[in-house]
Amino acid sequence: MSDFNPLQEQESIVSVTDRVLPVAIGASVTSVHFLGDKAAFVGVEEKVTLVDPAGAMSPVEVAFGGILCSTSDGKRIVMGCDDGKVVVLDRDGAVSTFATDAKRRWIDSVALHPDGAVAWSAGKTAFVQAPKGEVKSFEVPSTVGGLAFAPKGLRLAIAHYNGVTLWFPNMAGNAEVLEWAGSHLGVTFSPDNKFLVTAMHEPALHGWRLVDGKHMRMTGYPARVRSISWSAAGKGLATSGADTVIIWPFASKDGPMGKEPAMLAPLKAKVTMVACHPKQDILAAGYSDGTILMVRITDGAEILVRANKGQPVTALGWNAKGTLLAFADQDGDAGLLEL
Amino acid sequence: MSEATANKIPVTVLTGYLGAGKTTLLNRILSENHGKKYAVIVNEFGEIGIDNDLIIGADEEVFEMNNGCVCCTVRGDLVRILDGLMKRKGKFDAIIVETTGLADPAPVAQTFFVDEDVQAHARLDAVVTVADAKWLSDRLKDAPEAKNQIAFADVIVLNKIDLVSKPELAEVEARIRAINPYAKLHKTERAQVKLSDVLERGAFDLDRILEIEPDFLEAGDGHDHHGHDHDHGHHHHDHDHGGLKHYHDEDMHSMSLRTDKALDASTFMPWLQDLMAKEGGKILRSKGILSFSGDDDRYVFQGVHMMLEGDHQRPWKDGEKRESRLVFIGRDLPEQLIRDGFERCIPS
Repeated sequence: MSDFNPLQEQESIVSVTDRVLPVAIGASVTSVHFLGDKAAFVGVEEKVTLVDPAGAMSPVEVAFGGILCSTSDGKRIVMGCDDGKVVVLDRDGAVSTFATDAKRRWIDSVALHPDGAVAWSAGKTAFVQAPKGEVKSFEVPSTVGGLAFAPKGLRLAIAHYNGVTLWFPNMAGNAEVLEWAGSHLGVTFSPDNKFLVTAMHEPALHGWRLVDGKHMRMTGYPARVRSISWSAAGKGLATSGADTVIIWPFASKDGPMGKEPAMLAPLKAKVTMVACHPKQDILAAGYSDGTILMVRITDGAEILVRANKGQPVTALGWNAKGTLLAFADQDGDAGLLEL
Repeated sequence: MSEATANKIPVTVLTGYLGAGKTTLLNRILSENHGKKYAVIVNEFGEIGIDNDLIIGADEEVFEMNNGCVCCTVRGDLVRILDGLMKRKGKFDAIIVETTGLADPAPVAQTFFVDEDVQAHARLDAVVTVADAKWLSDRLKDAPEAKNQIAFADVIVLNKIDLVSKPELAEVEARIRAINPYAKLHKTERAQVKLSDVLERGAFDLDRILEIEPDFLEAGDGHDHHGHDHDHGHHHHDHDHGGLKHYHDEDMHSMSLRTDKALDASTFMPWLQDLMAKEGGKILRSKGILSFSGDDDRYVFQGVHMMLEGDHQRPWKDGEKRESRLVFIGRDLPEQLIRDGFERCIPS
C-alpha cells in the first residue's frame, strides 16, 4: 500500500464538490439543524448561525458561554448551555430561555418530543416539561449521559452509569431500569419503538429489545461512537467510530442479534459524523480528515461532497425534505449542498 | 516535549486531605496576575469565584471500566466535563482538577490515560498534593487516602509550617519521604508557593528522576550527591542521615532503577507492559526516562496502576549523559522481581 493515494482514489469517484455552497462560520461548530430551509449551525459558544439556501448568513446570539448540546424538530432548536440555561431558538430567529437550573449547573443533554415536550438534564437529574404542563424531574443514581423520548407516548429514556432508566413523567414512581455494566453516554429509540440503543464510554453500542429486555452487544469499534443516525424507516442504525460507516440491521424482529453490520465507505480516516437521508436509503458521512461522502446504503456507491481538508467534520445534517445537506468542520469551515 | 504533547492542554490535579489548604492554593492560582486562563473543575461550588475563569462543578463519580481490569477506574463526570471543554479548546490555557479531601487520586489520574478522546487533547501535567504539616503524620497513620495522595504526588506543598516546631517539621518531612522520595517538596505558610512550582511542570518534573538522589537528601545535609549511585529510597530501618530521620513506611514505598547501557525497546517495552499488567495493582505511580539503542530521542513514560503512556520526548543533547532511569511508588512493591526483570532487559 506504499503508493496508496487517497486523493487519487477520491478523484476517481463521482464528485459534487463543485455544487457545494461554501459557508464560513468562523468558529467551531458542534451540530447543524434545519429550521425550514435555513441551516442552523450551532457554535461551540454563544452563537447559532442561520444560513439560507442562497448562502445569506444571519448570526443569532443565544448564550453567554458554551453551548453544550442541542436538538431540533425542524421548528425550533433546543440548546443546553454551561450557565444552566435551556435556550430555544425558533424558526423566526427568536431566542427565549426555556428553563434555568437552580444551581446553574451545566445542561448536559436535551431531547424534544414530537408533541413539543422538552427534556433536559443537569447532573443526576432529568427534567421534562410538556406543553402547558409543569416541570417534572427524576433523579437517577449517577450523572445523566443522554436523553431520548420514545416515539410514542410520553416516555423518556435516561442513560447513565450501568444502564438506562425508562421514565413515564406522567405516572408516579414506576420507572423501569435496563441494566448493563458500564457508562452509557448516548441513547436512542428505534423509530418503530421496538429497540433502545446506547452509545457507551467504551467503543461499543448496547441495545435492548424493549418487549423482553433481550441484550444486544454491538462491539468491535476502534473508537468511541459519537454519532448515530437511523436510516429511512429505521431499517438500519448508522454509526461513527470506525474507518468505515458501520450500519447495524434493525429490519427484523431480532434486530442485529447474530448478524453482521454493513461496512460502507472505507477511508484511511475515522468516521466522525453520520446523517441518514430522511426519506431514501442514502447517508452522509463525515471523516476525521474532513472528507464528506454521500453513500447509497443498498450498494455502497459513493459520491464525494467534500475532499479531505484536514480538520474533522463535526456537524452534518439534512433538512426534513431531504433536499439540503449541511456540514461543518471543527474550524467552522462549512457548506450547503442542494440536491 | 514532542509537538503532539506540547499541543495538549496541561492538566494539574490538586489533591490533599481535608483542611490542608487546597482551596487557599486554588484561590491563589486563580487570583494571581499570571495572564493565563484556567478551566477549574471543583467538587464544591461557591468557595471560589473568579470571573475570568471557567469554574465547573463536578460530582466525583468513580466508574469502573468494562475492560476486565479491576483497578481501571475513571472519573465518569470528568470524562463528560472534559468532552465539553475540549470543544472549546483555545478558550483556556490549562485545566485544574480539584479533588475532595477523601478522594483517591487514581481514578482522576487514570481518566487521562484510559479515555482516548481525553488523551488526544489533554495531558496529566502533575499531581499536586497539599499536606498539612501539623496533622499529616497522624493522617498517614489513620487515613489511607492521605497516604495515597502523598504517594501519587509529583509536587507536595507542605503547608502550615508556621504551626509546627522544627523537629516536628523534620519528622513530617521524613514521613513523606519514606513514602515518596521523588516528589518536589515545597514548605509553605498559607500555601505561599510560586505558581511556576506547581503549574505546568511537564517534562521538568520527569527530568528530576534523572537526578541521582531523591529530593530529601538535597535538603538534608547539603552534600552533593549527584553522581553517586546508591539509593536511599528503600532503607529497611530508621536511621539518621544528615539530620533528617529516615522512616520506612510499613506498606507504601518506592524504588528506582538505573542503567547507562542503552535498552533494547523490543525487550524492555514488553517487560514493562507485562509488569504493569501483572503487578499494576500494587504500583501506584511509575515514571521513567529511557535511552533506547538505535534511537536518538529520549523516551519518557508515566503510569498510574496498569495504565501507561509514553512518547518520544526530544533528542538527547550533545554531552548529555544517556541513561535510563525509572521510579516506582507503590504498596508492597515486588522489588526483587522488578529489579531482576529490569536486569534481564539490560544488554550485557
